[in-house]
Amino acid sequence: MVSPAHYVALAVVLFVIGAVGVLVRRNAMVIFMCVELMLNAVNLAFVAFARMHANLDGQVIAFFVMVVAASEVVVGLAILTSIFRTRRSASVDDANLLKY
Amino acid sequence: MTGSVAASHAPSAAVMTTLQAVGVQRAAWLLLAFPLAGAAILLLGGKRTNAWGHLVGVAMPVAAFCYGVIAFIAMLRYPALHRSRDMTLFTWIDVGRFHVNIGLQLDQLSISFVLLITGVGSLIHIFAVGYMASDPERRRFFGYMNLFLAAMLLLVLADNYLGLYAGWEGVGLASYLLIGFWQYRPAAATAAKKAFIANRVGDAGLSLAIMLMFATFGTVSFSGVFSAAHAASQPTLTALGLLLLLGACGKSAQLPLQSWLLDAMEGPTPVSALIHAATMVTAGVYLIVRSSPIFDLSAGARLAVTIVGAATLLFGAIIGCAKDDIKKALAGSTMSQIGYMMLAAGLGPAGYVFAIAHLLAHGFFKAGLFLGAGSVKHEMNDEVDMRRFGGLRTVMPVTFATFLLGYLAIIGVPPFSGFFTKDGIVEAAFDKGGTSGFILGCATVLGAAITAFYMTRVMFMTFAGERRWDEKAHPHEAPPVMTVPMVLLAVGSVCAGAFLVLGSRLGGFLAPVRGVGPEPASHGVFTAAGLVTLVLVIAGVLIAWAMYGRQQVPAVAPAGNFATVAARKDLYGDAINESVLMRPGQWLTRLSVYFDNRGVDGLVNTLAATMGGTSGRLRRLQTGFVRSYALSMLVGAVLLVGALLLVKL
Repeated sequence: MVSPAHYVALAVVLFVIGAVGVLVRRNAMVIFMCVELMLNAVNLAFVAFARMHANLDGQVIAFFVMVVAASEVVVGLAILTSIFRTRRSASVDDANLLKY
Repeated sequence: MTGSVAASHAPSAAVMTTLQAVGVQRAAWLLLAFPLAGAAILLLGGKRTNAWGHLVGVAMPVAAFCYGVIAFIAMLRYPALHRSRDMTLFTWIDVGRFHVNIGLQLDQLSISFVLLITGVGSLIHIFAVGYMASDPERRRFFGYMNLFLAAMLLLVLADNYLGLYAGWEGVGLASYLLIGFWQYRPAAATAAKKAFIANRVGDAGLSLAIMLMFATFGTVSFSGVFSAAHAASQPTLTALGLLLLLGACGKSAQLPLQSWLLDAMEGPTPVSALIHAATMVTAGVYLIVRSSPIFDLSAGARLAVTIVGAATLLFGAIIGCAKDDIKKALAGSTMSQIGYMMLAAGLGPAGYVFAIAHLLAHGFFKAGLFLGAGSVKHEMNDEVDMRRFGGLRTVMPVTFATFLLGYLAIIGVPPFSGFFTKDGIVEAAFDKGGTSGFILGCATVLGAAITAFYMTRVMFMTFAGERRWDEKAHPHEAPPVMTVPMVLLAVGSVCAGAFLVLGSRLGGFLAPVRGVGPEPASHGVFTAAGLVTLVLVIAGVLIAWAMYGRQQVPAVAPAGNFATVAARKDLYGDAINESVLMRPGQWLTRLSVYFDNRGVDGLVNTLAATMGGTSGRLRRLQTGFVRSYALSMLVGAVLLVGALLLVKL
């Protein structure tokens, strides 16, 4: 029997993988994908908890998160394309002009 | 209220009635308008008025004098008790309870001053036409001189203390401009500043006195203050008297504010004559006499006035003995003579008349002496060292004759002016009675003897003996424009004293103002004290003759003994000012600057530096690496969640 706790555990594992990916990878594309992974981990946790509490709120929030994630990808990819055009690089460490 | 005051002070209440000015006296504002217009034309007209400016400058004081004579004649036609006339010109300040009208008061006291100021002032202006003939800035000079007269006339004509104060400050301003007239000379610029600052100290006293009057009586008009003075407490009256005395000390160069007068000799000589005879230094005496209802009620303030007067009369006389600069010797003598007037004014009702009589007579002979000194200086290529004079008697006979008459007047030889007026002061001082009266009397007698000595010294060193001139000097008699005023002043020096004092003429004239009945029988011409004075005066003359007439005057001043050195240095007046006031003041400013730099600024600067340094270090956190931001966000989120969990648990 798969209990909600297993889903939550999976969500935690996915979130940690995503977070570590964001922190250690340089390629902006990969970072994006890791961010998506984190968002989907959270979605999974929301849905699991909705099931657990027999309450639809969590599922509704999951939809909102998907919508926000989609928008974010649109904007983010546009920025990424623009940066790649000027710098011929997708590494986030190269985009470091905005600093002290 | 008024009734009870009138009952308790019947004589004064019966005498002091000020009526509205009518007829020709309604034009009293002309007295101010003439010199003020002259100053405005000359100072605002610029170079266009250069050619004829001095004529306007002379015409205006003369016009004011003519009107003064007309107003005086009009006054004489009124009965004695109705001679005080007041006219309101306009309302100056009207704020709440504070109400000040600009008004002029023509009474016996103010008209005496008006005639002295405009009369002697006009003569000095005429003299200055010749004296300043070669000065390219003569027009500006006359503008300032007219301003000086206007301010002084406002001072003596105002019917309230605030108007008097306005004139008082105007006199201070004009004296500053005139003493520093040759401002390209550092000494003149310094002397002007010194006079201004010393006067500011006195002005502070006068302004505090006026504030105290308003706080106590609710008014600053003469009539209001004097009618309410009886009701004030004794400490208030004494404080008022002492503050007024401080003001008088500043303007009249009395101890301890005397130091500016000797340096003020840096101004052109007509200015010295004007300051010493007609305007400025007489203002303090006027203030004391005008405020007599206050001083009458406070014995302590009167005593302070007499002490200041006695100390100054000896102080100035001693300084006069050692000065080789003819103008400074005369300046010391002015200080001394004003000391006589202050002493007399401090003696109360008995002395006021003699103070004014001496002031008027002094106006003539001191102006004459200064114009004589100016005439000599003018002919000797601006040399003022008497050791370089000598034997001028034959080359400048008119100057010598007028100077001689002024000299006889100042040392008090009968029947010249000074004898009558100074004798009156000596007599009044001894009449005060008690130890203080005796000490004051002795001071006046001693002062008379010293006066005789130093004035004789001036005479011998300048006009007698062999010629010790520079080869380049070719002195000859001054032109008539300079000698005629000197002759007229000499006539005044001869006659004024006898005219004013004999038969108590001035005393009777001034009696209603002073708030007492006319003098009882006048004393005889020769009194015991007067004879002693005369003997000492002769002794002083003989000593001076032995030292400077019989022996040759060395061209270079001998080293002198301790007393001579002290007197040459103005009895260390400047040294005292410097060590007691100037040096501590400088230390204070240096300390303040140090505290400001290190303390106040240091605090602010340290704070700013700390902020700057800290933020500079904090700024380093903005590395520009996205992943480091992501890490800090993660750490923050974890901490937040951890904190929430901790609270929940």
